[in-house]
Amino acid sequence: MEILLAKYNYWIYVALMMIGIYGMIAKTNLMKKIIGMSIFQTAIIVFYVSIGAKKGATIPIIEHGHGAAHAAVRVADYVNPLPHVLMLTAIVVGVGTLGVALAIAMSIYKEYGSLEEDEILERLE
Amino acid sequence: MISPEQYPVLIVVIPLLSAFLISILGGMDKRFCYPATLLALGGSLAAAVATLCLVADHGIIHYRMGGWAPPFGIEYVVDYLNALVLVVVVFVAFMAAIASKVSVEEELPHKIPQFYTLFVLLTTGLLGMTITGDAFNLYVLMEIAALTNYALIAMGRKRALMASFNYVVIGTMGACFYLLGVGHLYIMTGSLNMADILNILPHLYGTNAILVAAILMLMGAWIKMAFFPMHGWLPNAYTYAPSATSSLVAPLMTKVSVYIMIRVMFSVLGAVYVFKVLPVKELIVWLATAAIIAGSLFALAQKDFKKMLTYLIVAEVGYMVGGVWLATAQGITGAILHIVNDAVMTLCLFLFAAIVVHKTKGHQLSNLQGLFKKMPITMAAFAVGALSMIGVPPTAGFFSKWYLILGGIDAGQWQFVVALLFSSLVNAVLFFRIFEIAYYEPESAQHGHGESVAIDEAPLSMLLPLVVVAITIILLGLYSGEIVTTFIQHAVPAGI
Repeated sequence: MEILLAKYNYWIYVALMMIGIYGMIAKTNLMKKIIGMSIFQTAIIVFYVSIGAKKGATIPIIEHGHGAAHAAVRVADYVNPLPHVLMLTAIVVGVGTLGVALAIAMSIYKEYGSLEEDEILERLE
Repeated sequence: MISPEQYPVLIVVIPLLSAFLISILGGMDKRFCYPATLLALGGSLAAAVATLCLVADHGIIHYRMGGWAPPFGIEYVVDYLNALVLVVVVFVAFMAAIASKVSVEEELPHKIPQFYTLFVLLTTGLLGMTITGDAFNLYVLMEIAALTNYALIAMGRKRALMASFNYVVIGTMGACFYLLGVGHLYIMTGSLNMADILNILPHLYGTNAILVAAILMLMGAWIKMAFFPMHGWLPNAYTYAPSATSSLVAPLMTKVSVYIMIRVMFSVLGAVYVFKVLPVKELIVWLATAAIIAGSLFALAQKDFKKMLTYLIVAEVGYMVGGVWLATAQGITGAILHIVNDAVMTLCLFLFAAIVVHKTKGHQLSNLQGLFKKMPITMAAFAVGALSMIGVPPTAGFFSKWYLILGGIDAGQWQFVVALLFSSLVNAVLFFRIFEIAYYEPESAQHGHGESVAIDEAPLSMLLPLVVVAITIILLGLYSGEIVTTFIQHAVPAGI
């Protein structure tokens, strides 16, 4: 129980990731696969964002810090902004992937008239 | 004049900016796209060759983006390993671009600007992945290469769509695993610069987080390179893609992913960690052995010429992964040399496949009937590529295979040696079967009996790159000693 609560952010990301992988692998509907893929990517974004957080810390802008402006900057007072910035890029990449996947799914629907994997495989023959 | 310090960044910046230019020019007149692509890749090739010479003369180059010093800034690092890979990537892209003219006009007449824009962007992504010294930057460029790759494959319509969709799902999973691995490394070290991580990591070798990071990053690279049994997406995607796409993608994607694996192993985690601390060396060589044998057997079962080649790629990935994980200097040398050789060999075979599709409108083995008489020069060039895949000296394929076999004997991994020999045998059967079909079988019954078959070579824009690539294969073979002593031996980590 202790470990569940202390590291709850990791448990959330692991649970999200598993839901995503389940969607990608077990579902036969292409739309559901895409949704699974998005959840999977979001799980990683949650993971990164949560590792930058610190207890009792504020946003990383020095003038608004707890101490006086002239005092030395205490790192523990500010959340780590780097993972958040990295995730801006990862969100963009995620949107790009989603766009490409949806575009391909649209073409598949135009070509085969279905988004169910088994029906498409039948029509491939 | 541009000073030599700027060469490394030019390799990536020229194609990146050109991609946007090509899409604008293509909006005006789609005839501009082809020359603009050649110009962009030609410029990038010149910069890559210049960088290679700089590395040969002066050693490793560090290029700081915007002058920010690492570990805070992003740096480009060109060392003895990736200088070579960079030149190979641009060379292959350049040759594939020259050859693409006819087949793009034929297969994708309404999408010429889109095709060339994505083509150049994909090359940019691959070059960026190769040159960067930053673990997160690598992820972004990996996704740039992957996204453009999905779109290029999906242009093939019909079955290519489904293949491309599977590739999107699996490829995204691979990239996300890599990203997750980087996250774990970042938690432990607080750094994203590869050299910096390598310095900090030895204190943390025993921790579980690093173990998880190593597994995730390697898994990501393996999914991306279609390492058996994670190869499911590759054969269909490469078979049904347009010819011009597969001649760019088939030689490069897997090879650059193998390079990424080597980079992660030696420049991020450290050779000591992957070979001494992780107890998986033998297991992975066994997996590689399975990859080689399975790839060869699947290839043997195909009636489709292009699909046969894709299964050979799966086998070749086994060569390289196995070679690296033998953990001997010979094996690693062989694997790195094979990245270079295999890229050029695969390019040769897929350029030939593009010509076959152009001439006969199909890529079944039966489409090859009677081709020796119709296009002798094309077939001669293809024969060089085929002999190199089998591993006949003095073609390039022989030398890398030789190093791999020596490495296998050094490491005492006999199953790997046996698999290499078995795969050479299977390749010999495969390609001599093709020679037989192309030489002895007449084209088909209703076309007369081969008495007076007119010579019908492919257009010059397809033939020329094929011949250049065939000559390159022989040159790479003849100069493989120099390549090893000038570059590869410095890239092998010391003390393994």
